[in-house]
Amino acid sequence: MMSLFAQVPVSTPEIQWFYLAPILILALGGVLLITLTSVAPVMRGRHISALFTVATGVLALAFLPFIAARLDGLVDPVAGQGGRPAVDLVSSALVVDHFTLWVSGLISVAVILVAVMLDGYLEREGFESPEWYALLLISASGGVILASAEDLIVTFLGLEILSIAVYVLAALHLRRSESQEAGFKYFILGALSSAIFLYGIAMVYGATGSTTLTGVAGSMTGRNAAGLSPAVDSSLVMVGIALMLIGFGFKVSAFPLHIWTPDVYQGSPTPIVGFMTSAVKVAAFGGMMRVFLVGFGGTFASDWRVLVLFMAGFTILFGSFLAIVQTNIKRTMAFSSIAHAGFMLVGLYAAASPVAIGDTGKRAVLFYLLAYTFMSIGTFAVISIVGKKGDGNHSIEAYRGLAKREPLLAMAFTVLLFGQVGAPFTAGFFAKFRVIAAAAQVERTEAYILAGVAMLGAAVGAYLYLRVVVAMFLDVQESPSTEMADSADETLALVEVRALEVPPATLAVVLLAAVVTLVLGIFPDIGSGALAEAALALVR
Amino acid sequence: MEVTTTWYLVLSAVLFALGSFGLLVRRNPLVMFMCVELMLNAVNISFVAFSRSLRDLAGQTAVFFVLVVAAAEVVVGLSIVVALLRRNPTATVDDFAEMKG
Repeated sequence: MMSLFAQVPVSTPEIQWFYLAPILILALGGVLLITLTSVAPVMRGRHISALFTVATGVLALAFLPFIAARLDGLVDPVAGQGGRPAVDLVSSALVVDHFTLWVSGLISVAVILVAVMLDGYLEREGFESPEWYALLLISASGGVILASAEDLIVTFLGLEILSIAVYVLAALHLRRSESQEAGFKYFILGALSSAIFLYGIAMVYGATGSTTLTGVAGSMTGRNAAGLSPAVDSSLVMVGIALMLIGFGFKVSAFPLHIWTPDVYQGSPTPIVGFMTSAVKVAAFGGMMRVFLVGFGGTFASDWRVLVLFMAGFTILFGSFLAIVQTNIKRTMAFSSIAHAGFMLVGLYAAASPVAIGDTGKRAVLFYLLAYTFMSIGTFAVISIVGKKGDGNHSIEAYRGLAKREPLLAMAFTVLLFGQVGAPFTAGFFAKFRVIAAAAQVERTEAYILAGVAMLGAAVGAYLYLRVVVAMFLDVQESPSTEMADSADETLALVEVRALEVPPATLAVVLLAAVVTLVLGIFPDIGSGALAEAALALVR
Repeated sequence: MEVTTTWYLVLSAVLFALGSFGLLVRRNPLVMFMCVELMLNAVNISFVAFSRSLRDLAGQTAVFFVLVVAAAEVVVGLSIVVALLRRNPTATVDDFAEMKG
């Protein structure tokens, strides 16, 4: 028996653990948190889970500069056409390059900020439990896997690790039936889109005979690993690409796959919505950019580009126009996040162009993701505070007079909303400017039309944010006379709003987000070196 | 009559279509859930069929990953469905319409 085992040497791929550090730290952090809190009662104290999560996020973040330095110092990098440093890991299942690092950084930042705001939220709602944080960490590790996957099967795994944890998080507010409804809707539609995505992978595999991105790209240009030119069934590839676009479109909530977004955002616990708009969106865009630009970037780029063009235009229009009629702030912000996804798709459209413009497009999307991560987390931190105990106080009326009662919070919220409008001197301005400029550089009629639609969407979108700003700076007494009839209710509402509890940690998140929004708006070139490296990494 | 790869691909497509159709028209959360599983397993048939015709093992290993993911989805989905049905034991998806706008 022993000799039988001895005779069969099992060859295992060599794994360079150092480069996997962000994924390992986030995933093991989540597992460790659950284990420790079950065995050690000390770990169940207040704030400890949140501190643990923040520490895990900081640790993952701290590794990134070292990985970047190691990448740059590679003597013989596995380099593509651009000669950019990259490392293939676990026999080409994952690739670590500057793009991976950029996305990992954003996801880690999102985890840290969301964990901080979740602490105050869970204390208010009376759920002192570690599983929220553990799921957050595991979901984040899935996001990093998704953005660094070099094999389509690994892309699928990353997408599912990212999503399944978030389905649970969406349904985790046990006292609100909306939360479970949101979880169920997100789960059913998410599972549907994952199945469609998987079918797309099967089609691409069937047509190209490979699931790795380089293999897929190589077979399309007629040079696969064996140097042969296989007969690639292009219609099968096109079906596969379209199905995968549906899968990613769902995750980033692009038209026509955006319908779940308002319901899920309205029902889910507010800090979790902050996570969905930041980390989930960053990871989904990261995966989408890698798969489409590296895997399908060659011959088929001109075909799927048109689909992205239409998606982007309609996403912006639907998001901006439907946001106007909403009365619930979380639904409004859901439509706003749909519109933002549309802007990022405009960048992706530009990124699919040949080299020079393509780089501008990639840089624009990556900068947009950076800006939107901070703006959306800050926004949802404010909404989480104003939501009050029960997480149900989300009508836009609830913001009336906020500037008088909580001036600091209202000021920061104003900055964040102006950022989302795309007002000058905020990060949002450069984010929108850069994607539109990149689209205009494509110099085709349809690209100009798309840029025009994006500008129209930005202008219409301004109304929905300014409506909230105006409400905040209006005095309660100045409310329309029709509402004065319910003066008893009015005073009651006043008393309630006065009792708004602002956890200092959550306020710190809001202020940090507002400061970053301003700083990036005044010095938009901060971190542009890393940004350029990240964009160039996708030329392969 | 010889059974070719195409047969399996058609079978897979039919099962996938049945699953997605069922997901859209059935109102019972548990049945919708079964439809999702049907879709995932339909894709598995495609993977294995392609794997055989390409003489490449990658497609068959993919199936194992998909099975694991499907199992994880079952765990999460069932617990969400149980949480919903505990609130209202006779609920259909038409009852999950508190949020609109």
